[in-house]
Amino acid sequence: MERLISLHHLALGSTGKVRQLTADGNTKRRMLDLGLICGTRVEALQKSPSGDPIAYEIRGAVIALRSEEAAQILVEVV
Amino acid sequence: MSRRQESRDPIAPEMFRIDLNHRDLVIALAGNPNTGKSTVFNRLTGLNQHTGNWPGKTVTNAQGRYVHKDKSFLLVDLPGTYSLFANSVDEEVARDFICSGEPRITVVVTDATCLERNLNLVLQVMEITDNVVLCVNLLDEARRKQIQVDLPALSEILGIPVIGTNARDGVGLESLKDAVYQVAMGNLKTTPLHVSYGDVAEKCLRSLEPYVQGIPNNQANSRWAALRLLDGDRNSETSWAHFPLLGTGDTKEITDALALADQMLLEDHIDKAAWRDHIVTCIVTRAEEITRKVIIYGKQNYNGMDRRIDSILTSKVWGIPVMLALLGLVFWLTIEGANYPSQALASGLFWVGERLTQLFLSAGWPGWLHGLLVLGMYKTLAWVISVMLPPMAIFFPLFTLLEDLGYLPRIAFNLDNYFKKACAHGKQALTMCMGFGCNAAGVIACRIIDSPRERLIAIITNNFVPCNGRFPTLIALATVFIAGGMGAYPTIVASLSILATIVLGVVITLIVSNLLSKTILKGLPSSFTLELPPYRKPQLGRIIIRSLYDRTLFVLARAVIVAAPAGMITWMFANIYIGDLSILRHGANLLEPFANLLGLDGFILMAFILGFPANEIVIPILVMSYMSAGQMIELDSLQALRDLFLANGWTWLTAVCTMLFCLNHFPCGTTLFTIKKETQSTKWTLVTFVVTTATGIILCFAVAQSARLLGLA
Repeated sequence: MERLISLHHLALGSTGKVRQLTADGNTKRRMLDLGLICGTRVEALQKSPSGDPIAYEIRGAVIALRSEEAAQILVEVV
Repeated sequence: MSRRQESRDPIAPEMFRIDLNHRDLVIALAGNPNTGKSTVFNRLTGLNQHTGNWPGKTVTNAQGRYVHKDKSFLLVDLPGTYSLFANSVDEEVARDFICSGEPRITVVVTDATCLERNLNLVLQVMEITDNVVLCVNLLDEARRKQIQVDLPALSEILGIPVIGTNARDGVGLESLKDAVYQVAMGNLKTTPLHVSYGDVAEKCLRSLEPYVQGIPNNQANSRWAALRLLDGDRNSETSWAHFPLLGTGDTKEITDALALADQMLLEDHIDKAAWRDHIVTCIVTRAEEITRKVIIYGKQNYNGMDRRIDSILTSKVWGIPVMLALLGLVFWLTIEGANYPSQALASGLFWVGERLTQLFLSAGWPGWLHGLLVLGMYKTLAWVISVMLPPMAIFFPLFTLLEDLGYLPRIAFNLDNYFKKACAHGKQALTMCMGFGCNAAGVIACRIIDSPRERLIAIITNNFVPCNGRFPTLIALATVFIAGGMGAYPTIVASLSILATIVLGVVITLIVSNLLSKTILKGLPSSFTLELPPYRKPQLGRIIIRSLYDRTLFVLARAVIVAAPAGMITWMFANIYIGDLSILRHGANLLEPFANLLGLDGFILMAFILGFPANEIVIPILVMSYMSAGQMIELDSLQALRDLFLANGWTWLTAVCTMLFCLNHFPCGTTLFTIKKETQSTKWTLVTFVVTTATGIILCFAVAQSARLLGLA
């Protein structure tokens, strides 16, 4: 079985595949709107000066997520 | 039922009061944020627009007309949204308008470099209406990144016209107008692709459609209506209100049909909570499939340049210093550049003032008329124009340039952690930036924040960044009092003082946001996502034209409209005597003891109160009050201003406290009115008034008293 980590632990420059969203309600809707569904590839790009939020590439767009949200996205490192 | 109708979005009806010329065909313009939608809008309508005082960000719904062939089209610019599932006010506004049946055609603007995500919205719009035209914009950016979009294939798959554009250079807009025209005239039939949600879901949708078809005023697609019905918690009153199209339907029949559909879905292992996931997954997967068929990437690392820029502008070491340096540079250019034209304008306008005086004297018109019109109104106007116009004409284009480059979201990215710690929304950094131009615009921009609590915090604290009406006051005081005593490099010292004032404003914003989060607006920060759009080549021509036309002239016109009567009223207050003192002096004497505690004097406080309609006129009023004759002197140099203030007992402490009070006091009339409109609440308008003013009073009191205690002043 593959190892799942939460997105905010994904090392900069590496890519993960979304396996599960543990968020619910509006937060989950926002994530879905961004195209974060099972199987979506996400690359960690850049930390903000204080280390949080982190910018990710999601389906061709660069999206910044706070650690609270990124922690609710479980990915499999590719 | 009527209550429900009222309870729905309070903003939408008023925003879409379209003044229809009967021959107009209404076209809605939808799209993700940062797709160049506003550029398409501006290019199509030229300067023929109603609102839209804040280009770049669609904060109010701009409308504009254009004529193509023999038809007149009314283009309505909808807020930029990622989806129509209505999480925020903006999304609700966009969805309701498309659903209303008002627009004949909906044009969806997409970014060619990020088509996959954009298609999500396109597919959703196509669920609502058949009459969709797709505009694939930013083709030049795509070409630069070697991304090829097969437009004919895309059109074939989607079943709607697809037009490639490069709106900045006006490329493709004629074809876009043609396509819109052809669809509007019925010459071109669309056959929109509908995403399939699986056998069971499709069966449920078909079973619901008959019930929504018969509902009056249901002009949207019945399939979309059925989709919406299956979405969310339908048992609560609010969800009905959320879906206005069904507000007048026979709820009993629909409820029964829904229960049946729910049952069917449950048997297919799609419970209520999973329904939304299911729908979105189908749409996103479909968008992915389509993209794979129509897009060819020429190089793997097509965003490399943006990544490299971001790795500097948002880096741990350079992020914040570069941000401060850029802002400082903007202020330095503004102050340095505005210096000469301000003086030239002032001497020119005051020369005209003297000629006016001569005219009045030689014509033998009464003295009071001369006082009212020339000394009161004209001189205040002359001051406002000469002091405000040059800095605005420099500041606005520079600020628009930063905006156009895509730098503002990076500021939000850099500062987000501080806002999170203050339990505020990350996008508050963006609305705060909008406040630099005009706080009323900043307050409206708070619509992008979807949590009501955090939106209120952003609205209440927006006034802590100085708007363009207050910059002239700050610049004048910083130049005259702070830089004036420093000798060398006065412009740099003045710029640094302004920069410090801004930083203080941001710190106060964070502290007050935090206090509000701990007290009357208790809560934790909600989730937020922030897009960092690709850096774009700025459109210099457009920046200059639009920032001058929309921002500079708009703000100046507002200031002039307020300054003219305010100048007259102030002149009257200064020249009508009760006993042996003028009304103005009576007022100032009354305020004096309190003002003194704050390091100000009665006249300064009076000027802020009289400047309530617009902050621009605070200094002119103050100057007029200080003049014993109750009129303005020939203030053709800032030195004269310094002398006048010194003669009236100013010290460095007075200047600092005045600057502090300028930064922190009640919002101007327009901003308060906008807050009332946006929050629909007198209470929160009052809270804003009290919070901002109290902050100023506390701060000035603390500074003035400590300085006096320490014997510094």
